[in-house]
Amino acid sequence: MEDKTNIIELKHITKTYEDGFSAVSDLNLEVKRGEFITFLGPSGCGKTTTLRMIAGFDVPTEGEILLNGKPITELPPNKRPVNTVFQRYALFPHMNIYENIAFGLKQKKMPEHVIAKKVRKVLELVDLEGFEKRRIDTLSGGQQQRVAIARAVVNEPEILLLDEPLGALDLKMRKEMQLELKEMHRELGITFIYVTHDQEEALTMSDKIVVMSEGKMQQIGTPEDIYNEPINAFVADFIGESNIFNGIMTGELKARFCGGEFVCVDDVKEGTHITAVVRPEDVILTAPEKGIIRGNVTSVIFKGIHYEITVESGKNEIVAQSVNSAVPGERVGVYVEPDNIHIMIAEDNTNIFDGEINKNYELEYNGRVLDVSLTDIIKGSRMSEDGTLLDAGGSEIDIEKVKIKISIQPQSIELTDDQEEGLVQGCISNMIYKGDHYSYVIHTDLEQDFVVDDEYLWNMEDQVGLVMPVEKMKFKVKR
Amino acid sequence: MIRKIWKNLIIIGILLFLYLPIMILAVYSFTDAANIGAVRGFSLHNYVTLFTTPELVNMIVGTLLLALGASVIATILGTLGAIGAFYSKKGAASVIMTMNQVPVVNADVVTGFSICILLVVVLGISKDTYIPLVAGHVTLCAPFVFLSVIPKLKQMDSSIYEAALDLGATPFTALVRIVIPQILPGIVSGFALAITLSLDDYFVATYTKPATFDTISTYVVNATKGAQTNIKTALWALSTVIFLAVVLFTVVMTVRAGKEQKERNGA
Repeated sequence: MEDKTNIIELKHITKTYEDGFSAVSDLNLEVKRGEFITFLGPSGCGKTTTLRMIAGFDVPTEGEILLNGKPITELPPNKRPVNTVFQRYALFPHMNIYENIAFGLKQKKMPEHVIAKKVRKVLELVDLEGFEKRRIDTLSGGQQQRVAIARAVVNEPEILLLDEPLGALDLKMRKEMQLELKEMHRELGITFIYVTHDQEEALTMSDKIVVMSEGKMQQIGTPEDIYNEPINAFVADFIGESNIFNGIMTGELKARFCGGEFVCVDDVKEGTHITAVVRPEDVILTAPEKGIIRGNVTSVIFKGIHYEITVESGKNEIVAQSVNSAVPGERVGVYVEPDNIHIMIAEDNTNIFDGEINKNYELEYNGRVLDVSLTDIIKGSRMSEDGTLLDAGGSEIDIEKVKIKISIQPQSIELTDDQEEGLVQGCISNMIYKGDHYSYVIHTDLEQDFVVDDEYLWNMEDQVGLVMPVEKMKFKVKR
Repeated sequence: MIRKIWKNLIIIGILLFLYLPIMILAVYSFTDAANIGAVRGFSLHNYVTLFTTPELVNMIVGTLLLALGASVIATILGTLGAIGAFYSKKGAASVIMTMNQVPVVNADVVTGFSICILLVVVLGISKDTYIPLVAGHVTLCAPFVFLSVIPKLKQMDSSIYEAALDLGATPFTALVRIVIPQILPGIVSGFALAITLSLDDYFVATYTKPATFDTISTYVVNATKGAQTNIKTALWALSTVIFLAVVLFTVVMTVRAGKEQKERNGA
């Protein structure tokens, strides 16, 4: 832990598959010696691919991997001082436990008595003393996982890679193993790189968390940083439960969201569009007159150590966790300490896409003509008598060379069931609830992602049409 | 009750239909009858002829050696092919698997004839070198080995190969120490299948064998056409021996499989 040199560095790592799918794009990361670092993200975010590239099973299409400052990008896995604990253990079923653990040492041609000693020691470490002769299929899932860990750490790797190693275990076992792994990390002092989609696991065990989404690093930081200061709505939504609201800064350390004006501690310029995140455990329910906003309790769910209380205030919904129960229908006030409001400058969700100009000098998108005149878009242009487009100087414009960028705000787009009614069609690939509306990401049939704000609830994977009024569009000409 | 009797009758009938012919042959092989029909008395002379006539002994040994040799080669090729296809990219793998299906379905007579054309006529390899014969039998058997290995590969946890590499094994060590043991049952049953296919084969052998060499199949076909009675009846004995060998093999395999199952359940 004292030695703070980088053990592994990823530089501009990109992994693109033959079908054009990019699992990881331009990932940069430095891992310090002895750290416990976790890649956290939903399935398909590229975390396992990144791990596989560090292990040597996959070779990045671009970029470089350095181990102790030396490039190992294309070094085969058997030549790397790195060992992996696999998701489904990947133990060798035809070998007993001793043989499984000894396998790596045997490859190094170590003398048999040294191997025997090391195996015994590592079995002690994972609390499986005396299990040497047992067959793999006589072990429980948790025991198999311990053998898998023992098999990896007995080689004294510089880095231990763990690919969702606890995914197949039941909750109780998982919690136990989390603590044991953490303890093991402290004892062995080697670098752990851990992959999981379980945010609680990541928060419990890691020194540092890398939150990933769609092949990109969203945020890197300590568990506290990530939880308390999420960098964007994705991280806030993914890590823990959150109330996420769109709002605006109304003064110094004052933000308006969710129908009230809250005092906050983040110094953001007045008038800035913001996203505010409030954790449910930080929402304080008070008497109506003491709250910043007021609302009615709509549901109360007992969760064992607390109640999860949903409050409806105007069009907004706020989830609170409290040790005190409430009664549905009750009128309550909502108060949040300034310290507990996390303000993020709103991501610019403007949708931008390319229009096409057809032979009749009309603007088209997705094969549909938009009701707008090109002469209005291209400043100073006019139609000549013989039907060609002339620029301000009077010379003909080559429509092949002109590109029109169309932009539209998320709230200007309407979703509709009637797909033909939409300018473009797609399916909902992501949604985040933002207090009084949902922010949807729609992956269109033209392979573009649109962000749409809509107050109505749609489901993931719903096929929808996107209605985009021409008067809400902005046009930009590019030559 | 009546239905139950009928059910049993039908089963017995079918089994009789399957086993009666070979039973008759077996019974007659222990008599000194020259033709089926007239039973005179118990005799082992057919067996004595079978194992003392040099021509017959050579033919049997030759057939067995051919089956063994061709099966070993076919097993190696078929196994490597299956492993290769399994670890190939999706598109390539499905092409290989489809191409493997064709020789399986293809008529043996076509396989035999086309190998004869290629090796003997086009490439000018003499049949006396045994190369066309062995090549023919390998071609016949390898696709079946491939087919019996593939399911075992699919059952295997494919990450154990990567786990072996991860632990410092070379790709070759990982293959031999980790992958092969996992698919061994498939390889063994593929090998057994190859042996029976090679023993069974008539068409490929007729087209590719040296003129002086006979497999059991080609020999039997020729002998039954001929008039040498003592050889013909000796072949009854041969059929019985083969049948008993097959029965023994099947029983042993079944018992062993049952034991393994029990062990696994017990554990």
